[in-house]
Amino acid sequence: MSMEEKQNSQTFLDFNQSTFNPSTREEIVEIVKDCYKKNIPLEINGTKSKNKIGRNFQSEKTLSLSKFSGIIEYKPEELYIKVKAGTPVKDIVAELDKNNQQLAFEPIDFGFLFKGSSDAGTIGGVVSSNFAGPRRFKVGSARDHLLGFQGVNGKGEIIKSGGTVVKNVTGYDLCKLLSGSFGTLTVLTDLSVKVLPKPDSSKTLIINNPHLKKAIEYLGIALSSSTDPSGGVFYPEKFDNNFTFNDLTHKGALTAIRIEGPLNSVDERIKRLIKELSLLENEFSILESVQTNIFWNKTKNLEVFSNSKSNLLRIVVPVSETLNVIQKLKIFDANYFLDWGGSLIWLELEKINLKTLREIKEIAQEHSGYCTIIKVEEDLKASADIFTIDPIKYKISEKIKKSFDPKRIFNPGKMYSGI
Amino acid sequence: MSSLKMPKVDSSILSKKDKILSDIEKIIDPKNVLSHTDEIRPYETDALAAYKQAPLLVVLPETVKEVSEILKYCNDNKIKVVPRGAGTGLSGGSLPLEDCILLAMGKFNKILELDYENRCVVTQPCVTNLAITQAVQDKGFYYAPDPSSQIACSIGGNVAENSGGVHSLKYGATTNNLLGIEVVLMDGTITRFGGKAMDAEGYDFLGLMTGSEGLLGVMTEVTVKILRTPEVVKAALIGFPTIEDAGNCVAEIIAQGCIPAGMEIMDKALTKATNDYSKAGYPTDAEGMMIVEFDGTEHEVNAYIEKVKNIAEKNNSSSLKISKSNDERLKFWAGRKAAFPACGVLAPDYMCMDGSIPRGKLAEVLNEITRLSKKYNLPVANAFHAGDGNLHPLIMFDANDPEELKKCEEFGADILKYCVKVGGALTGEHGVGIEKRELMCEAFNDKDIQQQLTIKVALDPNSLLNPGKVYPILRKCAEEGRVHVHGGKTKFPDIPRF
Repeated sequence: MSMEEKQNSQTFLDFNQSTFNPSTREEIVEIVKDCYKKNIPLEINGTKSKNKIGRNFQSEKTLSLSKFSGIIEYKPEELYIKVKAGTPVKDIVAELDKNNQQLAFEPIDFGFLFKGSSDAGTIGGVVSSNFAGPRRFKVGSARDHLLGFQGVNGKGEIIKSGGTVVKNVTGYDLCKLLSGSFGTLTVLTDLSVKVLPKPDSSKTLIINNPHLKKAIEYLGIALSSSTDPSGGVFYPEKFDNNFTFNDLTHKGALTAIRIEGPLNSVDERIKRLIKELSLLENEFSILESVQTNIFWNKTKNLEVFSNSKSNLLRIVVPVSETLNVIQKLKIFDANYFLDWGGSLIWLELEKINLKTLREIKEIAQEHSGYCTIIKVEEDLKASADIFTIDPIKYKISEKIKKSFDPKRIFNPGKMYSGI
Repeated sequence: MSSLKMPKVDSSILSKKDKILSDIEKIIDPKNVLSHTDEIRPYETDALAAYKQAPLLVVLPETVKEVSEILKYCNDNKIKVVPRGAGTGLSGGSLPLEDCILLAMGKFNKILELDYENRCVVTQPCVTNLAITQAVQDKGFYYAPDPSSQIACSIGGNVAENSGGVHSLKYGATTNNLLGIEVVLMDGTITRFGGKAMDAEGYDFLGLMTGSEGLLGVMTEVTVKILRTPEVVKAALIGFPTIEDAGNCVAEIIAQGCIPAGMEIMDKALTKATNDYSKAGYPTDAEGMMIVEFDGTEHEVNAYIEKVKNIAEKNNSSSLKISKSNDERLKFWAGRKAAFPACGVLAPDYMCMDGSIPRGKLAEVLNEITRLSKKYNLPVANAFHAGDGNLHPLIMFDANDPEELKKCEEFGADILKYCVKVGGALTGEHGVGIEKRELMCEAFNDKDIQQQLTIKVALDPNSLLNPGKVYPILRKCAEEGRVHVHGGKTKFPDIPRF
């Protein structure tokens, strides 16, 4: 610890305050050790952009990582960036942009959904929630891009796993286990994340068609073809006011397929795709790069639900089940759009109750999938299962939780009651 | 080189062998239980053939229920269990213990479902990696991870080791291509992690199990994603006057936004050895030789190849050949894939290391290896998955000379330590097993290892499942063996490696 850091930590470590804002790893260790000793539950967060996702829980203190921020090391030629967990995603994206690189898993900006404007949060939050954008089926989610981490476990011990190289099979892959664990296992401090070059160009084939069945068919053909798409969505007619683009010739429902790569290759593949889908001249339009970026940003950031007062559910099923699931969901008077080539259903419901929630979750499970509650009325939140888990996995999760956080001081109950 | 400390043998288990045998024969068909010395012998080692140990019994279950009942029985009676797939692992992950039941999964050898609509294959774990691709290639699909031993290695073993292959830079390793598994825990619990729906809710147990080297559970079913076979694949064969030039070329290819499907470098020693062995037409005067491969559509591949050509020329390339046909492309690879047998011609024995390093450190690490080679007075040849930083030095020695063997082991350990020192990893794709177990403390401190051991204990409180692997038993960092091949006496000497 440098002298300056020491001074900071001395002035800062007032254990009477309700929110800790540590700026050094040593401070985080000290806070966790103290809370472990005194059995004090901690809410761990960054900029709170996603803190509405997950169960409500009570904690005596808050450990905010928003001051534990900054890029530690960026090696474009090694395809990784090492950052402190509280680093804002937008800072990372801006830095990568300078070298024409990106976080290929497209972290979702939940700001639009929860407050009507951009707030992409911190990289720690993105990894801890593991929600991936439209490129998921091609490149994976955050868990596939986390190369290594350092963090503080529930006893206040610094632990690490992985590293900065892509190929590493040394010991258990804790990067995967911590991705999507919503801060319930370890306070992540340092993250090494894989970065990839941005494509030279990208275009979007927009097909005007009102029918879900046909859309799923189009997406299936496209994703199984050698044209190698990197995005596939379907928006029903309800959302057509959200999409006004120079090159969009029709209103109404649309199926969109993104193709990325060298310019010649993108044009070649778009042409091929039009042929493979047997599209007539008046059935499609093509968005150029700038419009493509806007379209897919809107999609990934759920902007069609911006400022909505409604509830939002996230349903993932094998794509073969999507049509049946949507048909069963019709009785609930919901809005939806499809991402991930048809296997991710974002479902918006104006009114919802416990019974409806349970029924929708059951439908997802009957079709080999799952349904996570992303946004729901506060009074329902206390009694609803946000995530679903079976008794066997609950038991295993309990044991794993205990192995990292034996006194359950990190985000207790955030994912499941008792964990 | 068999001084490796293994878990203490439980003599009470050895003395109860007959009782255990008869109990197991009540759980599964007696013809699937092997107890005679001659029947057991084929199972006493995997592809790290320097280590051998006959297990107490070999058990070949046929159903998940049998696996569950066997594990529960062993858990209740404190009997150690070592799971085994095809036994092609290079790090000794399925080396039996004297007092263990070897759970050989060989009868789980059927593909269960080809699901083109969801672009996945559901299979039993002992189906070979290549068989998955063969099952779907008629419809124009393939399974991307391709460890060089894919003709023989099992998909379950791939999951247990998180196997890579030459294409993992673009397509990822097993963990990035796996959708779900059915798994049996040591207490007999049967459960499923993941499935055809991506990114299951809750803790990522699928990710935790992948690469856990058989310490956390036994897989009984695997679901993997399949991809459309690329339309065009082309490779370039490029010679460089120095290794630095080759290394700089790699860095610049990546920096310019190209992600090749595969990118390999060999040093002069290996280029010459493999060319003599397989007549691949390599530039044998080059200090560093690169094979770089792109796949995709015609325009895409040509655009990237053109880009690479310019970058190579800028980096002083001395020769450059682009494959004109698929046959020529395969010829480029033939030498690279024959690296093992080619080294076998040069020396009675060789040891293959498996370190991972940052791509940019290639020249530095190779210089260090050259320095160590002089220090230990042992020749070495180097192959490098340059795309993803996975280095495979082959140290040549004569195992009949005990002094040389000792030197070779020290040399190998020094290389791996150096890999860690420059920011790399002890193992990129072969796994820790018993081979690199004692080097774990080079990469991790006590707290890191303790956290991992706590996870192990959470799922297997009596440490009965594959004990003695991955994590050090000794408290000091002993320097032990690597992949050691003596006079072709390894198991599966013919299958391609790394």
